[in-house]
Amino acid sequence: MKLLNYTTTYFAVILIFLLGVWALIFYFEILDEIYDSMDDGLDNQKMLVIRQAKEDPSILSKNAFEDGNYIITPTTAQHSRGFTDAYRDTLMFMENEDEYEPVRLLESVFQQNGQYYKIKVVTSMVEEDDLRKELFFSLIWLYLGLILTILVLNNVLHKKAWKPFYKLLHQLEKFSIEKDSKIKFEATKIEEFKLLNERVDRLLKKSVESYKSQKEFIENASHELQTPLAISINKLELMAENANLPPAQMEELGTVLHSLERLTRLNRSLLLLSRIENRQFEAKENIAWNDLIKQIITEFDDFAEHQQVKISLTEEAHIEHTGNKDLAGILVSNLLKNAIFHTPSGTAVEIKISAKGIEFINPGSAPLEKSKIFSRFKGGEKEDSTGLGLAISKAIVEKMNMDLTYNYTSQNHIFTIFF
Amino acid sequence: MATFETMKILIVEDEKDMRQNMQTTLEKENFLIEPVATYKEAMSKIGVYDYDCILLDIGLPDGNGLAILKTLKEKGYSDSVIIVSAKDSIDDKVYGLELGADDYLPKPFHMAELNARVKAVLRRRKLEGNNLLEVANVTININNHQVNVDGESMELNRKEFDVLFYLCTNQNRLVSKSALAEHVWGDYIDQTDNFDFIYSQIKNLRKKLCDKNAELEIKAVYGIGYKLLVP
Repeated sequence: MKLLNYTTTYFAVILIFLLGVWALIFYFEILDEIYDSMDDGLDNQKMLVIRQAKEDPSILSKNAFEDGNYIITPTTAQHSRGFTDAYRDTLMFMENEDEYEPVRLLESVFQQNGQYYKIKVVTSMVEEDDLRKELFFSLIWLYLGLILTILVLNNVLHKKAWKPFYKLLHQLEKFSIEKDSKIKFEATKIEEFKLLNERVDRLLKKSVESYKSQKEFIENASHELQTPLAISINKLELMAENANLPPAQMEELGTVLHSLERLTRLNRSLLLLSRIENRQFEAKENIAWNDLIKQIITEFDDFAEHQQVKISLTEEAHIEHTGNKDLAGILVSNLLKNAIFHTPSGTAVEIKISAKGIEFINPGSAPLEKSKIFSRFKGGEKEDSTGLGLAISKAIVEKMNMDLTYNYTSQNHIFTIFF
Repeated sequence: MATFETMKILIVEDEKDMRQNMQTTLEKENFLIEPVATYKEAMSKIGVYDYDCILLDIGLPDGNGLAILKTLKEKGYSDSVIIVSAKDSIDDKVYGLELGADDYLPKPFHMAELNARVKAVLRRRKLEGNNLLEVANVTININNHQVNVDGESMELNRKEFDVLFYLCTNQNRLVSKSALAEHVWGDYIDQTDNFDFIYSQIKNLRKKLCDKNAELEIKAVYGIGYKLLVP
C-alpha cells in the first residue's frame, strides 16, 4: 500500500468514529436546548393567556384547540391544590400533515374570580426523526467533504513534500553496483529527508568502494599468484626432465603438476572474470557468429571425439553482431565445453543458430538448479572443473548486452544466447 | 638445417627462481644466456652487447620493461624481444606489440612453450630462407607444412603436424600434456582440465611415423606428457 493511501485510509476510519461521537453529543445538546426554549415559550404563552382571560372572560370557555394553541377547563379547588406546572410530550392530530405529530404540552391551573381553571398550552415540537435525518445527511456531506479535502491535500501537499523521497526511491530501484550507476540527490528543506539522503549517499559510497576494492583485490591476488605458480610448475617440469626418478615418484610428480596446472586455470579464470567485470575488453568489432562457432567446433573436435560425443550444428539464420571477439570466443567455447563435458558418452551436443538466438542442447537426466548454475563455484560438481565457466559466460553476456538463459525440456539441457 | 647454437639471449627478470628456470631450460638448447635482474643492469647490457633475443619482464623493481623496449626500438637495435609478463593484460600486450615486441608470453608458461616461442622468434629473425627442421631422418618444412621421411613425403593433418613440430622443437625434452594442448588446440581448449584426448592424436602420429620408418620415438612420460626421443 502506498504511503499516501495508507494515511488517507487511517484518516477515513478515524473521521467516521470522531464524527459519530461528535454528532451524538451535538444531537442531545441541541435537543436539550430546543426543549428548554420551547418550555420557556409555553410558560410565557400561559401567562399571556391568563392575562388575556382577565380582560376577556369569554376565552375561559375555550375548550378546544381548533383555532388556538390552548384550552381552558374549569376545575375544583380541591383538584388544584398542590398542583404544579407540568410539561409533557404528547401527540396531536395535525390537519396540515394529516397525521399525529408530537407536541409539547404545558398543564397548569389558575384562579380567576374565585373559580379554578385548568389551562393546557401546546406548541408543535421539533420532529426528532426529521432532525436525525437532516443531521445524518449533513454529516455524510461533511465527511465526504473532509475526505476530499484530505485527498487533495495529500496529493498536492504531501506529494510535494515527499518528492525527494520518491525520487530517491526511484533511483535506488534502478541502482546497480555492478554498473557503477550514480544517484542524484534532490535538494530538500525537510530535515528527515536531508538525513536520509546523506545516509544513503554515505552507505552507497561505502558499498561501491568495498565492491571496487574487492574486485581489485581478486585481480591483484590473481596477478600475484602467477609468478609463484610459474616458478613451481617450471621447477617441476625441469625436475621431471632431468632426474631419473622411479616411475612411482614420476607419477606423484605428475599429480602435483596436474594440480598446479589446475590451480593456474582457476587463477586465470578468476582473473578473466574480474577483467570482464572491470570493464576491460572494450575493443569492438563485427562478429560473424556462425563462422566463430564453426571454428571453435573444429578446435573441440578431438576433445569431443575422446568423450565419445558428437557435435551437430544447425544453421537456420546468420547472426552478425558487434562486440568483443575475444569474449565471444570464450563464451562459445565455455558453453560448448560445458555441454560436451556434461553429456553422457554416445550422445550428441547440438548447436542451433536461429533467428531466436544460439542454443546449446545436450541430453541430461535431471534439470540443474536455475538459481545456482551461473554463480561462482556452484555450477558443476564434476571433478576437474573450475566451477567458473558458466559464471564467466554470464559475465560475458552481461558485458556484451546480450542474455543467457538455461532451460530443461524433454530431457535436454538448453543454454540459449539471446541477442 | 636451422641451428640456434651460439645465439645470445638476455633474460631480464627480477624473480630469481623464475630467471633460473628460464636460464636452465634455454641453456639445454645451447643458447648463450645472460641473466639480469634489474632495469639498470638490462640497460647497461643492451648498450654494450647485441642479443639475438631478449626475454623481457615488464614489472621490474626499478623500472618498466616496456621502457627498455622503447629504448631498443628508438636506437634501432634489431634484437628480438619477447615480453614475459605476470600481468597478462590486453592493454600491455597490445602496447608491447605496437612498440615492436615480437611476442608476448603471459606467466605462468610451460618451459616447452618458452623454448618454442624463443625458437620461433629466432627462426623468423635470423634464419630467413631456411625453414627446414631436420630431426634424424625426418625433415619438416615449416612454411608449407610438408614432412618428409628419408625424402618420402608423409601425410599429416594440421593437428598432427603441429604436434610433431612442437615435439621436434622440444626434442629430448619433456612436453607436458597441457603445454601441448594449449599450443596445438589453441586458446579455447586451455580451460579444459582433461587432456586425455591428446592421446588419440599421438597414437595416430606414432603409427604414421612407424609406417614410414621414421627414426623418432614419442615416449609417454608417466601421466605427465611426452618426450620425442632422437637416437
